Amino acid sequence: MMNYSAEQAAPPPHGPAVTARDLTVVRGPRTVLRGLRFAVPRGRITGLLGPSGCGKTTLMRAVVGTQANVTGTLEVLGRPAGDAALRPRIGYVTQAPSVYTDLTVRQNLDYFAHVLRPGRDHREARHDAVTRAIADVDLTSHENALAGNLSGGQSSRVSLAVALLGTPELLVLDEPTVGLDPVLRRDLWNLFHTLADRGTTLLISSHVMDEAERCHRLLLMRAGRILAEDTPDALRARTATATAEEAFLHLVDEADSRQETLR
Amino acid sequence: MNASRTLATAARVLAQLRHDRRTIALLLLIPVVMITLLRFVFDASPQTFDSIGASLLGIFPLITMFLVTSIATLRERTSGTLERLLAMPLAKADLIAGYALAFGALAVVQSALATGISLWLLDLDVVGSPWLLLLIALLDALLGTALGLFVSAFAASEFQAVQFMPAVIFPQLLLCGLFTPRDTMQPVLEAISNVLPMSYAVDGMNEVLRHTDITATFIRDATIVAACALLVLTLGAATLRRRTA
Repeated sequence: MMNYSAEQAAPPPHGPAVTARDLTVVRGPRTVLRGLRFAVPRGRITGLLGPSGCGKTTLMRAVVGTQANVTGTLEVLGRPAGDAALRPRIGYVTQAPSVYTDLTVRQNLDYFAHVLRPGRDHREARHDAVTRAIADVDLTSHENALAGNLSGGQSSRVSLAVALLGTPELLVLDEPTVGLDPVLRRDLWNLFHTLADRGTTLLISSHVMDEAERCHRLLLMRAGRILAEDTPDALRARTATATAEEAFLHLVDEADSRQETLR
Repeated sequence: MNASRTLATAARVLAQLRHDRRTIALLLLIPVVMITLLRFVFDASPQTFDSIGASLLGIFPLITMFLVTSIATLRERTSGTLERLLAMPLAKADLIAGYALAFGALAVVQSALATGISLWLLDLDVVGSPWLLLLIALLDALLGTALGLFVSAFAASEFQAVQFMPAVIFPQLLLCGLFTPRDTMQPVLEAISNVLPMSYAVDGMNEVLRHTDITATFIRDATIVAACALLVLTLGAATLRRRTA
């Protein structure tokens, strides 16, 4: 359901898609995010990288508006995060595939398409959107299979297809390529770039550093803080390293030694 | 709230059930088998069968819909689909009404089957209209759906959810007047039974059993069960949080 008319009517994108200032999230006794400041530019792929447990998912949930106990300023597509008007404009894919295992691929997508665009008038638009989303994630041959009978990689693609349904302006993907074979990973990254070319903003988390090279911009995280925010090239240049992984390790060491001297 | 989204949700819940034929078979057949069993347990005293049988026709939908809803909603919570739905433009009322509609429809089929077989094959002697039995059964099913939805918020696993059945349903079963008339109970228990919704479900069934027309007591009973269902559904809606820790 490419909503061309709505896209033309929308004001030209200005400013970053996501802006955070002093973003802090407390979960129980732990402060998971500590006073973060960052921006996610529009129409680009921003990679959110860092070791597991560093707060990537919490940050994404805060952006999507499903995280409780968020303080500071977090603006998403010109509105405060979690605003009801943002719900149709954001697509969110959680780490575990959030689909109904006892429905077929098409039934899953049909239902979510109904939620996004209810009403009899949109029946055809819904059908087209579902067909396209299934094709985008390369599951056309499995559209009548039960989601529960698919492999792990396949069901996470069903989950991704759901997020593509409404042609959202902002896609938040939590480790979308985990457990996928290299061919599929390449295909998905191609899809992400196609989406970015169409103007979609993507925020993609990963703990696999080699995926960093495929992003336009990187947010490197560690222990609830942003270590660096830059393009992959600039990061490598700044740290005089050859890969994003080395750059990350360099920055970690740098941060650690700074802490040491502070003590 | 949006009627199209509600209907889509109900259709989705029914589609999920359609892929699970065994659950449907169990849901539809168990009440029939139980009531048949009861008929022959009270082979020598048809009056006892009449009174217990009519009560059970109201209790079955409550128990089965309670179980089905608490597990279904718990799955929705743990699989992440609930979080996904609540991050979408779906009103909580759409989701809850969708569930109530789907399970209500299922309850109608279940009750119609059990009531029909009781009346015409097992000679359950009911003075009033079978439609009124069905009405109470439907309200009971909605109450069961509401209770199931509500308790699923307090269960972290299927194990816990199943344990809520003895916790929430059994006390009502003991006090609802099925085993002995409520006014002969110890006064404290009678007072407790006065605030439990299942008591009114059973009272309503017994009104239909004994009276040809719609009595004032029947209307009171039906209203109380419906109001309880609505109240608990609202409480259930409050347990669906868009933002979670």
